Amino acid sequence: MSKFQKKRGKSSPAISTASLPDIIFMLLFFFMVVTVMRDSEKKVDVVTPYATELTKLEKKSLVNYIYIGRPVEKFKATYGTKPRIQLGDKFATERDIPLFLERHRSKVPENQRGAIKTSLRVDQDVTMGIVADVKTALRKAGQLLLNYSAKPKPQ
Amino acid sequence: MAKKSSRDRLNNEVNAGSMADIAFLLLIFFLVTTTIVEDKGVLVQLPPWSDEEPDITKLKTRNVFSVLVNANNELLVRGEPKDIDDLKEDCKEFIMNPNKLENLAEDPKKAIVSMKNDRGTKYKAYLEVYNEVKAAYSELRDEAANKRYGKDYQYCTKAEKRSIRTDIPLVISEAEPTNFGEEN
Repeated sequence: MSKFQKKRGKSSPAISTASLPDIIFMLLFFFMVVTVMRDSEKKVDVVTPYATELTKLEKKSLVNYIYIGRPVEKFKATYGTKPRIQLGDKFATERDIPLFLERHRSKVPENQRGAIKTSLRVDQDVTMGIVADVKTALRKAGQLLLNYSAKPKPQ
Repeated sequence: MAKKSSRDRLNNEVNAGSMADIAFLLLIFFLVTTTIVEDKGVLVQLPPWSDEEPDITKLKTRNVFSVLVNANNELLVRGEPKDIDDLKEDCKEFIMNPNKLENLAEDPKKAIVSMKNDRGTKYKAYLEVYNEVKAAYSELRDEAANKRYGKDYQYCTKAEKRSIRTDIPLVISEAEPTNFGEEN
């Protein structure tokens, strides 16, 4: 008869917070896993153009990035305003590209080396001259899979 | 007496109440530093490097869809000034040649898109042209896939995709840019 009433009387009013750290840790691990630490400081301004025929870049470890754009404000005094190439965290020329590619290639397991892609993050106002030089350097280095980084067109 | 009571307190469990705070702190740190970058772009396969110039003179002119972009970002499509908005439709018509015209491609397999630009061409204009050509091909492939298998190209199986790809191959040839309009 008084079975239920008894129980109600016994239950403590406070919610146990013992599992709170576990929940937070779970969130923490999620963010730790998805975080890609920016290993390179951005030295050139890049605003990518819009496009519609986009392919998603899978497998971040198989992608290397080449930035082309005008130096950011604080480097304008030393590097001028002409478009520049940034490899990793420093300014470079197209002559440095083979070494840069080789460095990245050596970190990738041998059976996956054929799938290495180069993502070209090029500012939309840069002229094709410097881009053509980079493309020639990539072709000479045997890196033929390219991805012109672009934003999806807003509807 | 007082000492004994403090030892008694030591026997208690470690207080785990601040664990959540520490975890929160780490969580917030990672929240701030995380950039979930969706890297998307136009995928391109470059031709391997060869020292001799490719000989395109042996191609029939009717099979070549030439697109020139000059340093002022103006288009010249098969010798005529054109607008970027018409490029996709023109390209589709050229490839499929639905009315079997004399001056358009004999067959989608033989069609070649040839692109040339100046060194002074804006990257944005170049990518726009490339994007339009790719869009033309992907629409044609979608049409072919719908006709044959009743579904879009991206939902086809590998074998179906391959058969469509061999019928409508994407061939874009890019010439070395001319030295014109390079900024200093």
